[in-house]
Amino acid sequence: MKALQILIDGFAISSLYATGAIGFTLIFGVSGVLNLSHGSIMVTAAVVAWLVAGSFGAGAYGGALVGIAAAVIVSLVTYGLVVRPIQHSRTIAREEKEIFVLTGTLLWGIMVQEAIAYIFTNNPKTVLPLIGGVVNLLGVRTPANEIAIAAIAWIAMGLLWLLVNRTRGGKALMAAAINPRGLTLCGFELGSIHLLVWTIYGVLAGVAGVLLGSFLGVSSDNAGQLTASAFSIVVLGGLGSVTGSLVAAYVVGYLESITAYLVNPSIRTVPVLVLLVIVVYLRPQGLLGRR
Amino acid sequence: MKTGHWMLPAAAAFVGLAFNAANAAPPIKIGVIAESSSVSGASIPKAAQLAADEINAKGGVLGRKIEIVAYDDHNSATDAVRAFQRAAREDKVSFVIASYISEVVLALEPWSARLHMPMITPGAASDEISHNIYKNYNHMKYVFHGYLPSTFIADSVCDGAKDLLVDGHGVKTAVVMSEDAAWTLPLDNEYLKCLPKIGIKVLDHIRLSPDTTDFTPIFNRIEAKKPDVIITGISHVGVQPTVQWAAQHVPIPMFGVSSQATTSTFWKDTNGATDGVAFQTVASPGVPVTPKTNPFTNEYTKKFGATPSYAGYTSYDDVYMIADAIKAAGGTNPDKLVTAMEKTNYVGTIGRYVFNGKESPFTHTFKVGKGYVTGLMVQWQNGKQVTIWPPDVAQGKMTFPSFVKLPK
Repeated sequence: MKALQILIDGFAISSLYATGAIGFTLIFGVSGVLNLSHGSIMVTAAVVAWLVAGSFGAGAYGGALVGIAAAVIVSLVTYGLVVRPIQHSRTIAREEKEIFVLTGTLLWGIMVQEAIAYIFTNNPKTVLPLIGGVVNLLGVRTPANEIAIAAIAWIAMGLLWLLVNRTRGGKALMAAAINPRGLTLCGFELGSIHLLVWTIYGVLAGVAGVLLGSFLGVSSDNAGQLTASAFSIVVLGGLGSVTGSLVAAYVVGYLESITAYLVNPSIRTVPVLVLLVIVVYLRPQGLLGRR
Repeated sequence: MKTGHWMLPAAAAFVGLAFNAANAAPPIKIGVIAESSSVSGASIPKAAQLAADEINAKGGVLGRKIEIVAYDDHNSATDAVRAFQRAAREDKVSFVIASYISEVVLALEPWSARLHMPMITPGAASDEISHNIYKNYNHMKYVFHGYLPSTFIADSVCDGAKDLLVDGHGVKTAVVMSEDAAWTLPLDNEYLKCLPKIGIKVLDHIRLSPDTTDFTPIFNRIEAKKPDVIITGISHVGVQPTVQWAAQHVPIPMFGVSSQATTSTFWKDTNGATDGVAFQTVASPGVPVTPKTNPFTNEYTKKFGATPSYAGYTSYDDVYMIADAIKAAGGTNPDKLVTAMEKTNYVGTIGRYVFNGKESPFTHTFKVGKGYVTGLMVQWQNGKQVTIWPPDVAQGKMTFPSFVKLPK
């Protein structure tokens, strides 16, 4: 019974982790940027969805869509206002740019987080569930929304797979990850590819944020934790590897769930951190990393 | 002639200046340190400002205005200590109203003693705050505990549980679920003592991390013990356990302390998941605990768009008590202020405040019981906070959503 509960609960949480982390790894793969404002973007999506669904009466679906749109906007602003100026700056030395981007996105993330706390308080908000009620799943009382969350997360990831593998823009995206210079030589505009990847990222982070908000509730205080969790997953899976992130998200999700159910919910993230240290020691390129 | 031209206006200006200076004697400053981005903390400076505005509109204290100087401590003891030092040394405040977090207040206590800066907390609950004053009165006497100590809160919950749960619904067993924090140590201790006394057997005692986001494993563990009720002690967490309790249809009622549920925005924050949650508090919107409760709640709601949290009521009363003490002390001398505060006999929004003296281990906490401050049990019902206990002020009966099952 408990095993089944862990299986169901772990699956939902892992699917959410995967959706958030895949966007994060995609940006790193394509443009070499570690976006440390990731958690704040997810929180923005959840809080906007909560606001629009509740205060403006747009309902669960309207709120969710506006929430995702908000994440895309913040994502593009992050790129346009923070990342791009640093990448194009002539005064910052090339080898220092990565550090500048890292610090820039970190500070930007804190600014967004503080703004949300200032306007809406740091009290957690919960997004209206897309589906209400509970379902009896082989004897485990499961909120119907939890099943919907896993399904939507997988649909979002499925669409991403189609986009990357079946469309011209998507293929260019993958090519940019492998050899950006080659791509420019073929006549592709690297700038528009970056714009595309930040948009895709915004959608994925938004979906993850809204779903997390309806599943567990999200507070501006969670921003740092969400970034750290995406970062851990991506490092564990191998930087830039989408499949690696997917696998790692499930490893992290299930390890956390098993710890919370069988040991103690207060230490649910500890075994993941231990695993991360071990992987970094023994296999620094991550589970499925290329380098 | 020429000189006369400018001398007249100059003399008039001089007289005017002198008059202004007399009229505007320097204000008496009260520092307010609280986390402004949390629901419970945000009420503290707002309510204090409301009280100061009212006092000033009636002419102030000793012919001086009261000025509230607010500091945001971001829920950090370090920030709070820095704010406290600044309030005392640079901003020259005469009294500090500080925080609803026990950890923060415990960190400020020695500074209040060292700097001889009188301080009162409108919302922290740990017993240690008053025990520290008791153990070292001459040094620590500057600290006042303006909220119920945890032990008294637990007793109040048990009193309510006896009438509502044991006598009303035949409840026999419970699991105690509290967040791991300074204020819940004495709370849980008292729960574990007072629940068996009223006939409720405690089957399990869970202390959860305030960082917990997924409460499913915790509810899972509680359900496995099959208790009749969950007795709560939560303040740092609130929205998430409540929403998950409702989403998962956990069939056990939640009853006890849930500080975030005291504010009116909690219904919206939880999308109504709080329906049926019963919580202990000292005052509630619409309940005339004293003749001052409703006017304050209405004025606050009108001005800030939401009802005050529990710490708002006490913060508002604190400013009035401080103003009275300044009047009685004839100024802002800290030792005289402390003596004057100790003689407080003031009917505020939550009851009559009379502080325990140095002979009580709960030094400088207010007296609890009939004729003083008593607790209420309030329950969220269809978007409204309904007082369900004690019977003399109850607005309605306790009722739960259909997924909750009670023995009878």
